[in-house]
Amino acid sequence: MSAITPNQVIPVPQHPPGGNYLNHSRGIMSWLLTVDHKRIGIMYLIGVMASFALGGFFAVMLRTELFAPAPLFFSDKTKAWDFYNQMFSLHGAVMVFLFIIPAVPAILGNFVLPLQLGAKDVAFPRLNLMSFYCWIGGAIFFVFVLAGGIVNMMLPELKGSLAQFGLAWLIQPGLDTGWTFYTPYSSSKSASGVVPATLGAFILGFSSILTAVNFMATIHMLRPKNMGWFDMPLFLWALYGTALIQILATPVLAITLLLLAAERTLGVGIFDPALGGDPVLFQHFFWFYSHPAVYIMILPSMGIISEVIAVHSRKHIFGYTFIAFSSVAIALLGFLVWGHHMFVSGQSSLANAVFSLLTFSVAIPSAIKVFNWVSTLYKGDVRLSTAMIYALGFIVLFTFGGLTGLFLGAVATDVHLTATYFIVAHFHYVMVGSVLFALLAGFYHWWPKMFGVQTNVMWGNIAAAVVFIGFNLTFFIQFIAGSLGMPRRYATYPEKFTIFHEVSTIGAYVMAVGLILALGNLVHSLLRGTPAAANPWGGNSLEWHCASPPPHDNFAKTPETSDPYDYHRWEEQADGSWVQIPEDPQRSKTAH
Amino acid sequence: MISALLAQTTQQLGGPIPWLPPSASTIANEVDWLMEAITWLTVFFTVLILGLMVYFVIKYRHTPGRKPEATVGHSTVLELTWTIIPTIIVVVIFFYGFRGYLNMIVVPPNTYEITAKGYMWGWAFTYPNGHTSPNLHVPAGVPVRIVLTSDDVIHALYIPALRLQKMNMPGRYNRIWFETKFVGDPLTPTADGKPYTEQHMIYCNMYCGTKHSEMLAQLIVHRPEDFLKWLEEDSDVGKQIRDGKITPLQHGMNIYGQRGCAQCHSIDGTKGTGPTWKDAFGHEGVFTTGEKYLQDENYIRESILYPDKHVVAGYGNVMPSYRGQLKDVDIDAVIVYMKSLSKYWTGGDPTLGFKLPEPPAAPK
Repeated sequence: MSAITPNQVIPVPQHPPGGNYLNHSRGIMSWLLTVDHKRIGIMYLIGVMASFALGGFFAVMLRTELFAPAPLFFSDKTKAWDFYNQMFSLHGAVMVFLFIIPAVPAILGNFVLPLQLGAKDVAFPRLNLMSFYCWIGGAIFFVFVLAGGIVNMMLPELKGSLAQFGLAWLIQPGLDTGWTFYTPYSSSKSASGVVPATLGAFILGFSSILTAVNFMATIHMLRPKNMGWFDMPLFLWALYGTALIQILATPVLAITLLLLAAERTLGVGIFDPALGGDPVLFQHFFWFYSHPAVYIMILPSMGIISEVIAVHSRKHIFGYTFIAFSSVAIALLGFLVWGHHMFVSGQSSLANAVFSLLTFSVAIPSAIKVFNWVSTLYKGDVRLSTAMIYALGFIVLFTFGGLTGLFLGAVATDVHLTATYFIVAHFHYVMVGSVLFALLAGFYHWWPKMFGVQTNVMWGNIAAAVVFIGFNLTFFIQFIAGSLGMPRRYATYPEKFTIFHEVSTIGAYVMAVGLILALGNLVHSLLRGTPAAANPWGGNSLEWHCASPPPHDNFAKTPETSDPYDYHRWEEQADGSWVQIPEDPQRSKTAH
Repeated sequence: MISALLAQTTQQLGGPIPWLPPSASTIANEVDWLMEAITWLTVFFTVLILGLMVYFVIKYRHTPGRKPEATVGHSTVLELTWTIIPTIIVVVIFFYGFRGYLNMIVVPPNTYEITAKGYMWGWAFTYPNGHTSPNLHVPAGVPVRIVLTSDDVIHALYIPALRLQKMNMPGRYNRIWFETKFVGDPLTPTADGKPYTEQHMIYCNMYCGTKHSEMLAQLIVHRPEDFLKWLEEDSDVGKQIRDGKITPLQHGMNIYGQRGCAQCHSIDGTKGTGPTWKDAFGHEGVFTTGEKYLQDENYIRESILYPDKHVVAGYGNVMPSYRGQLKDVDIDAVIVYMKSLSKYWTGGDPTLGFKLPEPPAAPK
């Protein structure tokens, strides 16, 4: 490290000391009615992570039931299996709709996107608040359905008694259709709260759409003068691609769920063959959204990984242009593959061929990204911060999860593996092993910026290791169980499969412990963390050019933009913080 | 200890490839070949990418005073290489995957046809002679075509040993075909002297409600010369009863367990989706309309064939009809079984087979 004298350091623009977005105004209403993207991001953080805890609770419950083939929570099999069906349905619905789809864009996207653009806020701050309240509205419907489930379990006769007054609809007993709501079970057979659950998802969809509109407008219109499209950090490319999908796909789900609710309440025959409808039509409509939805989940996560890998190896991201275009390619190609969820529905061989080939095409841009990330590490200066550990974990788990997709894209092997534990393992590798790991990487990377505190590295890394081990223990063995024929969504199973479930359940407990540690570590930093510098990692994207936490309006004046991956002007200090040094005309720039 | 359990499990569940079931169909080998090929590909790329990643992280880890070395920030050559090679690989995988699928779809001539109906929550396989069985019996070495359907919700017939599955779609028919082969040696003498058969699991693989995970059946592979004999015997329940191979009571118990009654009606008094059969026959009840009824033979028959005509108070109108699925001999047997479960039945004891009382001893 060269000796820097204080007057050589370029100071970070400061507002009055201690003035930041957290203490800018006081009182609960200053939060509930805020239009500050940073406060909205924090409110999402609380709501979305609470949903994660709820979804995780359901997961622990269902894995506990599955530890042994015999029923556990109830001795009566009917009650036990009904309860299990509720657990897996609610686990899926809460995790998908309340947690994983909003998580990265609503929390980290909201907080970081305007900062990375050197902007004061998003293009439509009030719309941003409305997005948040759409999320709350959707969440309320899910809470209502959950409450109904609990009440119905404890007082099973109440619903019947209320029927006399026409009030049976007050008790909506949970959800037992799976998060996929396949008809005609969901439209004509299930006695659970299908209508409020679908209405909740419908409202949540608007949170997604409006956030996407906001982000697209912001990226188009609020870039500083000398930040062209190819000068943006890759996180913004990722959010842009995500926004494309959110706007184009979510309305299809909205309409589909309304049609389902209409069929269920009005008996309109759209999906139920007994009423003249077509059950396969529901699957087409549903997956037309829900497949692009998984790219809503993974694209922003990949954006985080691009940022974290580059900053924490102190090296310009390798293959910027290819990664940027891959984001858009994934977004667009993701719309063309939905039929791979329906290979055994009886659809035509032509449909199967087309969807299979297109499914493989989507794998290629994802592979390109992985190769570019690994190349970024080459000849870098790798720091194993907690964020980096999660990012490296992402690469391991996403590589593996993505490769298992090859088994499923090929029609002949998918016929054997679909709807088994192989599928469950595959999507958990890409949704938990990848998206969750990226989210945690993003938390640990941007936490100092968001709250002005450092996190404990030792506990953060221990937690990451525990989560990684627990995750693999839970899900790796499920590939084998599925390959041997273990169907999914089963409350019980033939004795021979017991060992797979025992290992998986223990893994789930280990992962739960790790997650409690990881998230607890973050919370602990809020109470006891050492203050963080403006730039604790030496990044060069614009969010690191303001104080930690940022002031209310982010930047006193629009910061000077430069290549967000050019780190050579940042010098590490003895205390681990980074300061910007002036350009040395004689120093040769890193070629890029 | 866990690895020993795992090894034992894969032995029980797996075939020559431990993570795949034994292959009991002619198409299974093609599927297994592709599974193995993709597995090795996966292993190769995983090791390559992770190996490089770990190597770079260790070799280029930060030490005090270290700075990153100057390198290029992009390489079109590399990008094209790692785009083109994976593209070629996935196109090849697609080709074999689709070709294998076509072999599953194109049905050979002269297939033996069986209908597979899934219902909540059981299976009914109907053979060309009209006989219905809860399990799927097939002759080995013969191409069999299965027509799948459902009367209620979507189910899926999944037979891992054959590597086949397809959805049972209500309101339409789906079709699959297969030719089974023996895993073991069909000339092996059996312990009980009965003809040699092999059994494989059949699962419902599309979530369909409460007892989705209990909607199981067996695929029973017969030697071709034994199959028709089995069909003839199994079809003629009357003959089985006349020959003393089975009593009406036993037949009734079989129907109860295998044709879906057990899913909703308990025999121990527990209230389920449907009323319990314990102490039911001969007892009075009330319909949802408030009308009283007596559970006699007529009522049982009506409930089985026309369940939506009357619904017992406190229950929903959810029972599927068994019209066309249970023959008179089956319904009669169910009635016998229900009599055996009820204290209100005061006639002869069905468990004793309605034996005539011993004639009085002749006077000496």
